[in-house]
Amino acid sequence: MGKDALFPGVNRRDFIKTCVTVSAMLGLPFSMVSKVAAAARKSDNRPAVIWLHFQECTGCSESLLRSSHPTISNLILDMISLDYHETLMAGSGYQAEKSLHDSMEANKGNYILVIEGAIPTKDNGIFCKVSGKTALESLRKAAEGAAAIISIGTCASYGGIQSVSPNPTGAVGVRDIVKDKPIINIPGCPPNPYNFLSTVLYYVTFKKLPELDQMGRPKFAYGRKIHEHCERRAHFDAGRFAKAYGDPTHAEGYCLFKLGCKGPATYANCSVLRFNDGVAWPVGIGHPCIGCTEPDLLFKTAIADKVQIHEPTPFDSYAPVDLKDKGKGPDPLTTGFIGLAAGAAIGAGVMMAKKLPDGPEKGDDHGKTE
Amino acid sequence: MSHDEYQRYDAKILTPSFIVLLAFTLIGFALIAVRFIKGIGAVSNMSDGYPWGIWITYDVATGTAIACGGYAMAILIYIRNRMHYHPMIRSAILTSMFGYGLAGFSVMVDVGRPWNAYNFFIPSKWQVNSAMFEVALCVMAYTTVLLLEFLPAVLTTLEKTEWKTLQLLLDILYSRMGMERPERIGDRLDKVKDLAAWLKPRLDKVLIFIIVLGITLPTMHQSSLGSLLLIASTKLHPLWYTGFLPLLFLINCMFIGYSIAILESVISCYAFKRPFETKELSGMARIIPWLTVIWLSVVIGDLAWRGQIGAALALDFYSGFFLLEFCLVAGGSLLMFSGKKRESIRWLFVSAVLIVLGGALYRFNVYLIGFNPGKGWHYFPALAELLITVGIVAFEILGYQVLVKILPVLPRLHTRQQLDAEHGVAEKA
Repeated sequence: MGKDALFPGVNRRDFIKTCVTVSAMLGLPFSMVSKVAAAARKSDNRPAVIWLHFQECTGCSESLLRSSHPTISNLILDMISLDYHETLMAGSGYQAEKSLHDSMEANKGNYILVIEGAIPTKDNGIFCKVSGKTALESLRKAAEGAAAIISIGTCASYGGIQSVSPNPTGAVGVRDIVKDKPIINIPGCPPNPYNFLSTVLYYVTFKKLPELDQMGRPKFAYGRKIHEHCERRAHFDAGRFAKAYGDPTHAEGYCLFKLGCKGPATYANCSVLRFNDGVAWPVGIGHPCIGCTEPDLLFKTAIADKVQIHEPTPFDSYAPVDLKDKGKGPDPLTTGFIGLAAGAAIGAGVMMAKKLPDGPEKGDDHGKTE
Repeated sequence: MSHDEYQRYDAKILTPSFIVLLAFTLIGFALIAVRFIKGIGAVSNMSDGYPWGIWITYDVATGTAIACGGYAMAILIYIRNRMHYHPMIRSAILTSMFGYGLAGFSVMVDVGRPWNAYNFFIPSKWQVNSAMFEVALCVMAYTTVLLLEFLPAVLTTLEKTEWKTLQLLLDILYSRMGMERPERIGDRLDKVKDLAAWLKPRLDKVLIFIIVLGITLPTMHQSSLGSLLLIASTKLHPLWYTGFLPLLFLINCMFIGYSIAILESVISCYAFKRPFETKELSGMARIIPWLTVIWLSVVIGDLAWRGQIGAALALDFYSGFFLLEFCLVAGGSLLMFSGKKRESIRWLFVSAVLIVLGGALYRFNVYLIGFNPGKGWHYFPALAELLITVGIVAFEILGYQVLVKILPVLPRLHTRQQLDAEHGVAEKA
């Protein structure tokens, strides 16, 4: 790609690499790469994205920036038309508000709304205000004209840490407020940026939402449990568990289940995709999974709590070498029957042999009758 | 060939042995009904480790060898052109027919999902590389061939029959119902007679081709019965596991076939009080030791080549059964080498029994006794399982007993100067 390309500063090699990565992430065949790239390249096609921050830590945005390859940051900013993002945009104050308003007007019914953070509802939501409007008002207004809403992070998806009892602000996730728009949840604390990027690109490429599970999460990213693809799974199956942090069993890289790993109950692709561009992830560096994509686990259970494993049960010993007896052997009735029959047959045979003529015969006379 | 070589054995059908055999048959078939209603586990001790038990080992693997009398006789008569044994063939074929037909029937009892068996008749479902498929195909084809080979006996009878029993029965039936017997029944019966008369000479013309098939098919599948175990290299004890299994099974079925033909003849002559066919039997007995010598040489040579002679003499469980099998066959053959002993019906009987027992034990050793599917597995037939096999064997003997009394199967007595021969009651047991 030359200097006049759509994405200044991105060379063609990096662009295609990213498109290949994204296609693979989405589980698309390799031949689809060109389609993804074509969709990403078209300037007219760039969907407008409005990104609103509510009760959050900006960790999701930070993750998006920090853990990505630098050129991918550029892609994220260029492949979509990010019209409003409080952390990233250059403008501020009235200028920023105008940009938000203009974009919502111009792209009415077509823009993608990204929500980061939970929405307080108690006392009319006065706990979170931007430019004089509560989060509740902002969300409702922005949601009206949105084509789809992406809730990035666990807070926007399910309420997150703000919603944990006693929940003083009455914080909830987007899906509890907006009911009439398609909502895609990308939970995680933070979520993997590629899951977000892939979801957006899927929408751009196919003009439809990816397949979702009951929790509103894209199945391509949240379809399987961490446990199913965990690099420590072999230790789990063999019954080798880390007993304590710093213990030799921990240093050996044994399974972290007994330290409270939530992998067996958590649907996410961290064990495959990892963070920091595929370099590391919590379980890989020795910390148990805390189940951040699961509303019932994150902040609801202690880190050291063990989850219930439904299948398979971890072995608490090696497979037995000495097998139990299988199949059925002889029983007295059968052997008795065979013994009698064999005895009778031998007896009858001997008796008959005795009665048969010995020596050459003409054949007319033989032993007894019957 | 002449159909006058044979005659019906005129005697009462309802004898005490008939009642006893019928009782065993009924018990066996009742248990087969239980197997189909309640499932295979209700009557048998077979398991995942021993997916085949006494039914396959005896009824199929051993039973078909014992039913090889027809095969052995056909080789002797048609390949070696000893036509003076011809009067003996029909009874041999009758026992073969029962043996093979019921072996096929046993497989249907044995297979776990018999309702899928129809797939066997759909060529697109065939797995032509499978030894088991070859066995199944040959057993089925050979049973058909045996039926055709036996058909002349039925046709001769149909041709000459006056339907006396049937007429009587119909008369009683119609008089009971108070009706006049319609004429057309007689017409139809005549038509059947005409058909039999029309078919018989035509069948005679092609019979020789059917006989060729009847010799080819057993040669194919008897060796395949050995090939079946080639796949079980880690499960079959090294005393028996060898690449020569197909050859050993083929020779084994031949000497069992001749021995069983001798036994059939001796036992049926004894039971039906007919004169013994000493000359024919001793002539046949001359062949047996040569077959067994080849067989024993292959066994020993193979053991020596594979370095298993030590295992054969280890005197443990497996070695015990091997030596027993070996000594039975060798002992029987030694007796038959003596020309004087071959002249004696008693010694013919004894040596044939030893050889049949030894040959059958070899098949048991390969299929069951020397077969160890892995640590912890046990198998011994359940009583119900055994009684099903007993019922099937009883049915074979019963069928033989009855058929020789209604069809011309046994050699005609007055033509038998030097050659008649005979039948046997049965068998296997």
